[in-house]
Amino acid sequence: MNIYADHAATTKTSRAAIDAMVDCMENCYGNPSSLYSVGQQAKTALENAREKVAKILNCDPKEITFTSGGSEADNQAIRSAAYLGAKKGKKHIISTAFEHHAVLHTLKKLEQEGFTVTLLDVHKEGIVSAKEVADAIREDTALVTVMYANNEIGTIQPIAEIGKICRERGVLFHTDAVQAIGHISVDVQRDAVDMLSLSAHKFHGPKGVGVLYARKGILLTNLIEGGAQERGKRAGTENVPGIVGMTAALEEAAKHLEEHRKHLIPLRNRLISGLSKIEYSELNGDPENRLPGNVNFCFEGIEGESLLLLLDDLGIQASSGSACTSGSLDPSHVLLAIGRLHEVAHGSLRLSLGEDITEEEIDYIIESVRSVVERLRAMSPFWRDLINGKRPHVFKQYQTQLLQ
Amino acid sequence: MALYSEKVMDHFRNPRNVGIIEDADGVGEVGNPVCGDIMKIYLKIADDTITDVKFETFGCGSAIASSSMATELIKGQPLADALKLTNKAVTEALDGLPAHKLHCSVLAEEAIKSAIKDYYDKNGIAYDPAEFPEEHDCEACCVHGA
Repeated sequence: MNIYADHAATTKTSRAAIDAMVDCMENCYGNPSSLYSVGQQAKTALENAREKVAKILNCDPKEITFTSGGSEADNQAIRSAAYLGAKKGKKHIISTAFEHHAVLHTLKKLEQEGFTVTLLDVHKEGIVSAKEVADAIREDTALVTVMYANNEIGTIQPIAEIGKICRERGVLFHTDAVQAIGHISVDVQRDAVDMLSLSAHKFHGPKGVGVLYARKGILLTNLIEGGAQERGKRAGTENVPGIVGMTAALEEAAKHLEEHRKHLIPLRNRLISGLSKIEYSELNGDPENRLPGNVNFCFEGIEGESLLLLLDDLGIQASSGSACTSGSLDPSHVLLAIGRLHEVAHGSLRLSLGEDITEEEIDYIIESVRSVVERLRAMSPFWRDLINGKRPHVFKQYQTQLLQ
Repeated sequence: MALYSEKVMDHFRNPRNVGIIEDADGVGEVGNPVCGDIMKIYLKIADDTITDVKFETFGCGSAIASSSMATELIKGQPLADALKLTNKAVTEALDGLPAHKLHCSVLAEEAIKSAIKDYYDKNGIAYDPAEFPEEHDCEACCVHGA
């Protein structure tokens, strides 16, 4: 059995996206900036794509800027809002402790440029409080940026509530919706979002392409200079095949969104309940308010990388927030932000399911994780100390409310 | 290309000498759960020779493989030779480790030294303390490894 369960990392490019891209590369190779027909044909493909994306997000096509992906969109959105604020003497930005590094690292740079950043707590459930956002807004707040759904633990944030607050208080609101788009309903009008980032490869589109939505009237700061493409806000010949492929994937994802959600949620819950039967383990993040395909657990006494390698041997591809997999000294900042101690954060496992997952595969994952955890615990001196009472357990033996 | 060599994967998947020795003559433990790796080495020693060795490891693939390889390298060896085992020798025997995983081989070297020191201490055997450098702290380990 082979089960790719790392869809939060990336997804397999869909047939529709591949077909659209191949057709574009074969038949629509012109430069959209060229005046002759082959160029104009590419321009038409580009603008058709823009209209379709805008329709799905519920915005105007002029509010769509194509980028190289979610990271670029995050960088550009945050810098643009920051500099717009600075012109009015507003140099305070509100965000959360568990944003993607594309957001956090941009905020770090802005701090070096004299901005002040407030990172809100995401509590043990992994959900920011809209009231705490409201309370954090100051006279000089230029921007609130809160992700739509977390990339590691999948928790969905109260975006519409935060959007409403920001609109009332006259503060720009950006959301990194990379993990949400194509998986849960997003609507920039309903959610009162001013800026939004998305990335194609998270919903079966190609890599290296994404979107920055910016509401009319928000002047973007260029990250890339050198041409009039994208209304002069993002220089460089447009990645037409990528954009066309992304659009095909997005249309497909939007069309099947409800059906996929209905299929995934019971299977996700089956996986959560199965894994919670492994002793001294705990689910990370709110059990209900999370992406349909996201499951993230910590297991006491083992380390995540070895867990991933052994699962790969059993045909299951997943990811972990251990330091060894992040290549840094610390385990995942997301797990630390929800209050996980280092020693259990090292033993984390993220399974992000694809829409075609079956019940049989879920049961295979549960059995495989159980056997690998047991195997690693059997050789772990840390586990031995835990069961012998030489070190204190972090978790209860069973997280009973999750057992079904 | 794969993250680890075939040798690392072999020792990770089929670790040699896993377990504990109830009546060990020397036991050494290094690392800590906060850092994400702990290695524990158990030695049986007779006539200044390591007659048996077992290990337990909490850690990543390369930590488990490094422990396994290190125990293989010292099994049946005179203590004097085991003391000379370097992290470099462990790494080479594994056909190399990624740069950010070198600290795993350092832990293996230190765990063995710590077990031998424990044996010396328990039996009142004199030794040159210079041969047993203080276990470095967590931060130094990680920086060293990176």
